[in-house]
Amino acid sequence: MRLRFILPLMAFLVMVVFLGIGLKLDPHDVPSPLINKPAPAFTLPQLHQPQKTFSPADMKGKVWLLNVWASWCVSCRQEHVYLTEFARDSSIHLVGLNYKDEPAAAMQWLERLGNPYKISISDIDGMAGLDWGVYGVPETFVIDKQGIVRHKQTGPVDPIILQTIIKPLIEQLNRES
Amino acid sequence: MKKIVLCLFLFMQSVHAEIEVYQFTSPELELRYQALTEELRCLVCQNQNIADSHAELAQDLRRKVYEMLNSGKSNKEIIDYMTERYGDFVLYRPPFNARTIILWFTPVLALLIGALSFMSILNRRETNADERLSQNELARIKELLHLKSNKK
Repeated sequence: MRLRFILPLMAFLVMVVFLGIGLKLDPHDVPSPLINKPAPAFTLPQLHQPQKTFSPADMKGKVWLLNVWASWCVSCRQEHVYLTEFARDSSIHLVGLNYKDEPAAAMQWLERLGNPYKISISDIDGMAGLDWGVYGVPETFVIDKQGIVRHKQTGPVDPIILQTIIKPLIEQLNRES
Repeated sequence: MKKIVLCLFLFMQSVHAEIEVYQFTSPELELRYQALTEELRCLVCQNQNIADSHAELAQDLRRKVYEMLNSGKSNKEIIDYMTERYGDFVLYRPPFNARTIILWFTPVLALLIGALSFMSILNRRETNADERLSQNELARIKELLHLKSNKK
């Protein structure tokens, strides 16, 4: 007899727990299947000197960050100040991938707000971004010395993410051979 | 009224202009293109497939599908290319594997639980109906029915 009341109550509680977890999940945070896979190759012109090119293979032996951004992207503006602060440490190799942008607008943006990138490359038609599984700028990838993607941050970085996730990861990867 | 019609007409034109038109060498290729773009989810507007979405990413993905079809890639190769980059999430029909087992089995499980509880409720009702009438009551019913048929 009491089971009759307890069973629906339990079913209800299970539902509450699942819905509660569902509320906390961010549906835009899709886990990247690229993690622990080799970084997709590309050869793209550099933003400031289009005659020069860059490809991920150039960074072999270094732990580096690839930040995907665009001058039309509002949250890129938001993370820019933190990235600039973070990249002041000269041991950090921050590469900027300017995604589906006008090179002129991108250069103006960097001039006005400061340029945190060691190298800037432009992916005007977005096909390299597609290869990297980019679906919403900004995105930041951490790539190890062997050229393996080890982490992806979707959406803007903030000081907490940089200090508690990205920085320790870079230090750990630097210790790896 | 004329103005409204004109506005609607202009609006329709602009909407049509947003979806790019691809030329296919064979109708078979075009059908495959349509099927694939309907199967693939746009990651920006997550409740749309890339055939329906106006998001820039969807346009790029459509272009990629078109290019891959033209270079003779199979449907499986195209789907694999997308899942390698965007994960199973890009598929409207998720594959059956250890991670999606709950997704696939929950509806069956819910149906089973529903059917079982429905049956147990029905069972209980039947037994209750039998118990409700005691022997005395049954005898009384017989008596009443008997009286009625006698009166006729």
